[in-house]
Amino acid sequence: MSADTELEAQIAAWRGYMLRQRGVSPADADELEDHLRSRIEDLTETGLHADEAFLIAVKRMGGVDELSREFAREHSERLWKQLVMTADPDAPAASERRRDLVVMVVCAALAAVAIKLPALFGLDFTGDADAPALFGMRIEDESGTFYPRNLGLFALPPLALYFAWRRGIGRGTAAAIVLLFALGAVAANAFPLDQESQSFALTAIHLPLALWLVVGVAYAAGEWRSGHRRMDFIRFTGEWFIYLALLILGGGVLTGFTAGVFAAIGVDSETFIVNWLVPCGGMAAIVVAAWLVESKQSVIENMAPVLTRVFTPLFAATLVAALVAIAVTTNAIDVERDMLILFDLLLVVVLGLVLYSISARDPAAKTGVFDWMQLALVLSALLIDVLVLVAVTGRITEWGFTPNKSAALGLNLVLFANLAWTAWLYFSIIKGRKRFSQLDRWQTDYVPVYAAWAWTVVLVFPPLFAFA
Amino acid sequence: MRIAKDLVAASSTPLVLGILTEEESYGYAILKEIGERSGGRLEWTEGLLYPLLHRLERVGYIESTWRTPEGGRRRKYYRITEAGRGELAEQRRQWAAVVDALQDVWEATRSAAPVAPPALEA
Repeated sequence: MSADTELEAQIAAWRGYMLRQRGVSPADADELEDHLRSRIEDLTETGLHADEAFLIAVKRMGGVDELSREFAREHSERLWKQLVMTADPDAPAASERRRDLVVMVVCAALAAVAIKLPALFGLDFTGDADAPALFGMRIEDESGTFYPRNLGLFALPPLALYFAWRRGIGRGTAAAIVLLFALGAVAANAFPLDQESQSFALTAIHLPLALWLVVGVAYAAGEWRSGHRRMDFIRFTGEWFIYLALLILGGGVLTGFTAGVFAAIGVDSETFIVNWLVPCGGMAAIVVAAWLVESKQSVIENMAPVLTRVFTPLFAATLVAALVAIAVTTNAIDVERDMLILFDLLLVVVLGLVLYSISARDPAAKTGVFDWMQLALVLSALLIDVLVLVAVTGRITEWGFTPNKSAALGLNLVLFANLAWTAWLYFSIIKGRKRFSQLDRWQTDYVPVYAAWAWTVVLVFPPLFAFA
Repeated sequence: MRIAKDLVAASSTPLVLGILTEEESYGYAILKEIGERSGGRLEWTEGLLYPLLHRLERVGYIESTWRTPEGGRRRKYYRITEAGRGELAEQRRQWAAVVDALQDVWEATRSAAPVAPPALEA
């Protein structure tokens, strides 16, 4: 019996190794496994032990690399096809994949419906106001405040539902997620926020962030305390963002063609595009991008770390150049609202670059030039953060607290704390006194701080500043 | 004796199609059959056989079904199609021509073999 289970374990390991090869589909692995088993049976009949038979059978099978190369040569299309969904009817996992596809389609449809639901109650958006608002770019427009305020509440609950379904989360976690979304809905709609007020814009920006981390709870299937799960979610966020950008690009092409083709035949498609295609497509894309990341994890994973590798030196050079320019011209940083957002985004990008490069790093690898470059990046970001902080505090002492300035100050402090400790850890790692896992740990431990800050801005700021 | 790679590759399609003409079969059995037919002189690897089977299926000479025989494992069986039979007949004609030509050459060289090269004789 034990010899049998051992043999099964060996075959399973071999099969797993086979499946990781390029060009070998699950059906091929089935076929080859049958082949392997047939040979093992023949060999054991001649008097060999199971483990000996396994060794000889595997050896006769030839090198896995060689075998998979032959498969890849015959099935070169697979290397590409794997990028999109191939529901191979032979594959035993096909039914599961189909089920996942159905779940995704349902959730994406829910997201598309969610954004059209308010229209039933007369909350329509018209003109060109909604398209920019959809991606959170322009939030003060004539179309009213409903859609920008509730931006995070259309697609993110279906996305959380998708993960809840996929991961089969517990009842307690599900209840917590529902409660948090309800809290977000209340925060977005209960306060009497004027569309000209600063608090309104802050809510529109911070609520989606807060709710995104709620999606993270669903993603981690309730294990949000686990550092590993948090890191997975950070990785997921990066990959999701890349897929979403690709989908939006494709969507833009589709929209352009739709407008052009119908204009050519004299039909006005603007209402359709503005009211249906862009909002519904955009909301559905949020779920579809998540599904793509989930189902393609093993195929083109680690796209974000690759981009990180390319852009870390470039961003480091830009930041250093900016610092040199500031030093030479002695110009202070302009703290207009747009500028503040720009600098905060810059710091977030730097943090992202650091995060994705450490998330994909082999912890055992030696430190090298790239690590010094990252340290330079973090340090220059830190310096810029200090300059922004100085400018903001200067404005606050001169003009007093406003929602915008307080939010900028808070966010910069949150990022400063993270960047400062990251820089210190990174330095220690390069010096060989600390390990990468500690930096990992620091970043995952810090995630709740962002959540706390986003919820503070959404829930506490409006009443604190009398809905200014 | 090892048969050269080119020769193995050239003969692989008619061999597989020929074996499948007799009855439908699966990968491992085909491989064993080829070993037996050639007296162990033709040794195919899995890296040759399975991609070949998949290619023949793609071009429509054979077709496959997954089946589970009683008390057995799920297994992929291959069966020859009409197009495959046509291809086999065509290959057979070509091989016959090659074999005929070779036979002629062998006959000629057999009579010439015992004789030493003419240049030396002179």
